[in-house]
Amino acid sequence: MMSVTTSQAVQRESWDGDTPASGRLLQPGLDVTHGQILYLDDISVSFDGFRALNRLSLSIGVGELRCIIGPNGAGKTTMMDVITGKTRADSGSAFFGQTINLAQHSEAEIAQLGIGRKFQKPTVFEAMTVQENLELALAGPRSVWASLRARLTGQQRDRIDELLTLIRLGEQRARQAGLLSHGQKQWLEIGMLLAQQPQLLLLDEPVAGMTDAETEKTAELLLTLKGRHSLMVVEHDMDFIASIAGKVTVLAEGAVLAEGTLAQVQADERVIEVYLGR
Amino acid sequence: MQTALSLRLAHRIGPLPLKLAGAAILALLLAMPALHVWTDPASSLHVSAYTLTLVGKILCYAIVALAMDLVWGYTGLLSLGHGLFFALGGYGMGMYLMRAIGHDGNYQSELPDFMVFLDWKTLPWFWQGSEHLAWALCLAVGVPGLLALVFGWLAFRSRIKGVYFSIMTQALTYAAMLLFFRNETGFGGNNGFTDFKRILGYGIAAPGTRATLFLLTVLLLVAALAAGFWLVNSKFGRILTAIRDAESRLMFCGYNPLYYKLFIWVASAMLCGLAGALYVPQVGIINPGEMSPANSIEIAIWVAVGGRGSLIGPVLGAGFINAAKSWFTVAFPEYWLFFLGGLFIATTLFLPRGLLGLLRRHKEKA
Ligand SMILES: Nc1ncnc2c1ncn2[C@@H]1O[C@H](COP(=O)(O)OP(=O)(O)OP(=O)(O)O)[C@@H](O)[C@H]1O
Ligand SMILES: [Mg+2]
Repeated sequence: MMSVTTSQAVQRESWDGDTPASGRLLQPGLDVTHGQILYLDDISVSFDGFRALNRLSLSIGVGELRCIIGPNGAGKTTMMDVITGKTRADSGSAFFGQTINLAQHSEAEIAQLGIGRKFQKPTVFEAMTVQENLELALAGPRSVWASLRARLTGQQRDRIDELLTLIRLGEQRARQAGLLSHGQKQWLEIGMLLAQQPQLLLLDEPVAGMTDAETEKTAELLLTLKGRHSLMVVEHDMDFIASIAGKVTVLAEGAVLAEGTLAQVQADERVIEVYLGR
Repeated sequence: MQTALSLRLAHRIGPLPLKLAGAAILALLLAMPALHVWTDPASSLHVSAYTLTLVGKILCYAIVALAMDLVWGYTGLLSLGHGLFFALGGYGMGMYLMRAIGHDGNYQSELPDFMVFLDWKTLPWFWQGSEHLAWALCLAVGVPGLLALVFGWLAFRSRIKGVYFSIMTQALTYAAMLLFFRNETGFGGNNGFTDFKRILGYGIAAPGTRATLFLLTVLLLVAALAAGFWLVNSKFGRILTAIRDAESRLMFCGYNPLYYKLFIWVASAMLCGLAGALYVPQVGIINPGEMSPANSIEIAIWVAVGGRGSLIGPVLGAGFINAAKSWFTVAFPEYWLFFLGGLFIATTLFLPRGLLGLLRRHKEKA
């Protein structure tokens, strides 16, 4: 199949929140002919006989911001593990664009293909400074040889400055990441994702442990990313979801239970049941 | 920008008193071989062959500790088999030294004595070329490097980590020790190699030879420190600490940890091999005891006591423990292991950053 670049694919020169349309949405080579960036089809995963994912099918559109909700243990994190190559599906398939079969790639390759992931428990390199964390994440060659010769270019410095402003950690740039607050670590991790310039971002509970003000800022940030990137956001915080959501998917017992606007799914009998019935 | 960089460098090398202490120690180390060669043995300034050999040996250990720290302190891979790489380097050099004995052995044969004793008529294939020092040095560096490459590839590719990795390295050195204990293996069995006579035609015990070997060891240590400093302050070095602290985060940033681990693991093994090659002509013996699991554990203790995750810490640790050991084994030989164990437990409990951490803390309070 030929790869097709859609009209939304604009090479990004600069990064600022005011011009959402200038994002580099697509890397050459990713085929999104049908407007979908991620397809999960009939995926099952079992842990010692327990079905964490049960014939899950889901797809995410290009530039979409999709929220995933569901009770604890519904399989949300496991789904992200499958997409990013951490866990292998027992059956079913996961495609990035029309042509890239994710099952054939390692974690590092999938990240290089353009899928970034934020962990449920914020994970940054604690012994390094905030700036060094971003430097490591910056898109670029990943070989040992390149790392031995790496020097920051002026362009990369500018990019780091932009990211620091975006994640509101400019003042903390020289601070050791381990000393940041929980919310700041969440932001740093989001900044690291953006530094990778992924096309698809998977965010596992990005506002857990944040203050209300921080949560609000995060919602603003995600809304500016929408359109330039495709996003999948797992959250339990319904107010936060309400502030960002277009489409919401409800997972329960490893499968999609309902899909629609937040109001629609909240009115759905079965959804109410899984939330109240546990 | 320029000043910021030099400030940063100065900060990383350490505060002034530490730098001065380092320079003084280096000057002293450079003076020792000169004092050994050029002063009268009766003079109070004279450095005896015993002292020079002892310090030279400890310097070799310091290099091993540094190599160990690059994989353990920085990358988080606790190897309990680094003694094997050191011993293999020693054996590589030992092969040359055995060949250099020539006809001066007990049996006055072309072959090393132990081969005559085993009634072997020709050199085994793997001894070919060992009469050349250059080839022996290639073996001393290449064999540990190759073994590390194969072992590392298998272990890291299967994502073996933590205590499983440590146990495998320990098993590896143990298996090698058993192999080298066998006479048929072709390395002198449990006696190993000894009774060396000369190196490049110079008497092995001549003051000039001792002084040269000692100087080379100092040079290697300084070069290893400089290379280590450059490495850990490069992006590569930061990726190593990232592997140690959050390997999965690194993978999801698009890095494949396999090659980074493999690179530092092999480099570390090769450095140990070089240290072993300098060690054997100075102490005059190499045998399979060097591969015993306890030796490798001791290396880890030097690093832990000195302070892992720094370059100077392991050097300090190796120096301090081995100086203490040489005193203890004369004064109270039976208590040495208790002391070592106690020291290890005490540092683990009270000095997580080792002796270096203690020095730095002292400095910060002052
Ligand atoms: N490695 C594993 N081994 C065994 N069971 C696992 C493993 N990973 C996940 N599970 C189980 O699979 C189920 C789904 O877990 P998952 O973490 O995907 O849920 P989740 O929807 O992310 O929940 P939460 O909202 O609590 O984060 C849980 O019951 C969990 O215990
Ligand atoms: Mg989860």
